[in-house]
Amino acid sequence: MSPIRYSIRASDTDMSDNIISEESAESVDYSHQPSVWSRLMRNPSVIIGGLLIALIVSLVPAAPFLTPLDPTDISPRNRNKVPGFETIHKDDQGNRYTQVAHMGTDKLGRDVFARVIYGARVSLMVGLLVAVIAVSIGLFIGLIAGYFRLVDAVVMRVMDGLMAIPAILLAIALVSLSGATLFTVIMAIVIPEIPRVVRLVRSIVLAIREEPYVEAAISVGTPTPKILYRHVLPNTIAPLIVQGTFICGSAILLEAILSFLGVGVPPEIPTWGNIMAQGRDLFQIYPHSIFYPGIFLTLTVLAINMLGDGLRDAIDPRMSKEI
Amino acid sequence: MPLDQHNVLSVKNLTIDLPRNADRKHAVRDVSFDVAPGEVVCLVGESGSGKSVIAFSVMGLLAKALNVSAGSIELEGEHLVDVTEDRLRELRCTRMGMIFQEPMTALNPVMRCGDQIDEVLQEHTKLSSDQRRQKVLDMIEQVHLPDPQRMYSSYPHQLSGGQRQRIMIAMALILEPVLLIADEPTTALDVTTQAQILHLIRELQSEKQTGVLFITHDFGVVAELGDRVAVLKQGELVEFGTTRQVLSAPQHPYTQMLISSVPRHEPPDRKPLAHDAPVVLRTEKLKKQYFSFSLGKRRNVVDAAVDISVEIRKGETLGVVGESGSGKSTVARCITWLIESTDGKIYLSGDNIAQLNSKELRKLRRKVQIIFQDPYRSLNPRRTVGQSIIEGPMNYGESKADAIQHARELMELVQLNPDGLDRYPHQFSGGQRQRVCIARALAMRPELLVADEAVSALDVSVQAQVLTLLEEIRDRMQLAMLFITHDLRVAAQVCDTVAVMSKGRVVEYGSAKEMFQNPQHEYTKALFEAAPGRDFVFGGNPNSM
Repeated sequence: MSPIRYSIRASDTDMSDNIISEESAESVDYSHQPSVWSRLMRNPSVIIGGLLIALIVSLVPAAPFLTPLDPTDISPRNRNKVPGFETIHKDDQGNRYTQVAHMGTDKLGRDVFARVIYGARVSLMVGLLVAVIAVSIGLFIGLIAGYFRLVDAVVMRVMDGLMAIPAILLAIALVSLSGATLFTVIMAIVIPEIPRVVRLVRSIVLAIREEPYVEAAISVGTPTPKILYRHVLPNTIAPLIVQGTFICGSAILLEAILSFLGVGVPPEIPTWGNIMAQGRDLFQIYPHSIFYPGIFLTLTVLAINMLGDGLRDAIDPRMSKEI
Repeated sequence: MPLDQHNVLSVKNLTIDLPRNADRKHAVRDVSFDVAPGEVVCLVGESGSGKSVIAFSVMGLLAKALNVSAGSIELEGEHLVDVTEDRLRELRCTRMGMIFQEPMTALNPVMRCGDQIDEVLQEHTKLSSDQRRQKVLDMIEQVHLPDPQRMYSSYPHQLSGGQRQRIMIAMALILEPVLLIADEPTTALDVTTQAQILHLIRELQSEKQTGVLFITHDFGVVAELGDRVAVLKQGELVEFGTTRQVLSAPQHPYTQMLISSVPRHEPPDRKPLAHDAPVVLRTEKLKKQYFSFSLGKRRNVVDAAVDISVEIRKGETLGVVGESGSGKSTVARCITWLIESTDGKIYLSGDNIAQLNSKELRKLRRKVQIIFQDPYRSLNPRRTVGQSIIEGPMNYGESKADAIQHARELMELVQLNPDGLDRYPHQFSGGQRQRVCIARALAMRPELLVADEAVSALDVSVQAQVLTLLEEIRDRMQLAMLFITHDLRVAAQVCDTVAVMSKGRVVEYGSAKEMFQNPQHEYTKALFEAAPGRDFVFGGNPNSM
């Protein structure tokens, strides 16, 4: 890193720091500094990642319009059909109609396209919920642990313990205790994620609590909760948004892994992991029922990670590789 | 030109552009100067004047965003601006060496010091490893480091700041370059260490007839070391001449202003305090110890401050002077209750505040306010200046409207536009931010104002203005002031009484006037002795101070 500063401050060196008269000349015009928003809008990975996510998220409300089929409808006649096969279905009035299975059907004759599109709901919900829950709990614990040194020693040992639990084993344990539900899956992913957030927040708080402006707040008698809320918390938001996107991506992936292993969301709910799990046996003959959900999963996680990378570069330029 | 053949370095009409989004067009504009063999040329200027940019452009280490748009740099007649990267690499160390401000970051922390110097020889010479080792040891001895063998195998963190800077100098000079560039090499060091390093640079440079380009913001250092001096203002060279000429009889108004801002080493005559002025702060045997625990047992006890007994009266300024690690900031932080003292008493207007519970403390807290060193970090960047100033009074139940009204008055008091309350700290310069910090402290209507190196991060001209402001405020509001500084000149200007601290203890305590004229303690004497440029008579217009 070059020690040269890129922008040189409007200097203090003006012969008059006599400010009332020289205010406009002296104060720095920062209007040329791009705002976070405009930096975001110029970052290609934010744009590409954001557009992809928008596209995938739009599948959630749009699913019923994209296919008239129910993703859970079993059709024994149409098992294991390759993509492009025309299947015959009955509507509510008993009228028959033909429908092209764009992505083929699975071993129970369910339409893979419908399952993949409806599966986006669960996958995205798991990702979002895990990110929100893990970040909120982690933020709270991290603030306390970082600011109060006595609490820190105890809390961080607990966190070290939590971090040692593999998500998959925890999920198996939870499922065998309380049955496979969406809630168990989310819990199983959230718990090992929390310590990572706590560590991040704590490291930021440890640095910020030594800042002179925090000490200044102490010396003007600001109560500790207000110090945490006003002076410390805002510094954690940007890194947490970035961390949140990565958690979201890895949670979607983990949910798929858990479902694939059969310890995740119950098999009747379509999720990308479930679809792949059910296509596992016949993968060599009918790869389509793994291939399509796999593509959606990959694209989603890729898009989220691209967005996270871009956010990090735009929000915190020091971490960016471009400078 | 034959004259140029003589010069080690000659810079002609150098112009370096800044990137488009910077606040001015050129980092450096049309700068010309030269360095003769065996000569020390000082580049002086305040922050942002472009002095480091010049040094980096000579070394070919300019950041990619900056580029030389006009002019030439010649090292012994060889053009450096368009030379290839390979040739530059050859020239660095062999023909020109550089030392930096912060020796800790300039040295590789995971490599032994000797090996780091040896690397230079490996790159640029064909000596055998035994010869190289011998040469490195010789060089370590030349920079007067004790026990060269041990120094050779030490890691940077095992050495003190001064020792590390000596290693840097050894590394820069081992191939006997014709030009040494020193970029504020003593700024991060204590005054006594600084004196030693300056002496060392002088000694080696005259021995080897090296030309030195010495970058500094400190006119004391210039007076001590420089043969000639170039004064830069916002990238333009305003004055270039011999040190004596420039410092004693500066021609350009900017140089005159800068030099007259340098605080004098002698305390001015001050109004004596009223005899009946009440005592605001008195400490009795104040003590702060740090413990390191290991498996529940106390292992290490560090005495950060021991037996500190001082007194400040209304309208008086007590200066606490000392080098880094002397415990002066510890004292300030104990008194402001940012850390808890281990033992002793702190009387604030008669109340002992040393051992209080947090509720009682809160009531007394507003009586003591502190101003910190770094104006860039002492204001929350996400809150407007106004929010920062009214935070304290509102904590103590003042209504928002009253607090804002008071804040507007205070902004005027610290000579800032009251409309600036709605702005964020980054819209202010360093000196202005320090004024805001003063306003924030005053908003609490304190009795004691603690200034912890409050002007140390400021450029000399701004420093002079902030010091004047602090004095005015102290007199107008009849505050007691505790002024922590490492800079003897600053202490001489503002303090009525001075306490000199060394290794956690007050070694000398008394009236500033007497102490500066006739220091008693050995340490005080050494400290005064080491102050750079102490015997130099600075010119300029003394009235503008």
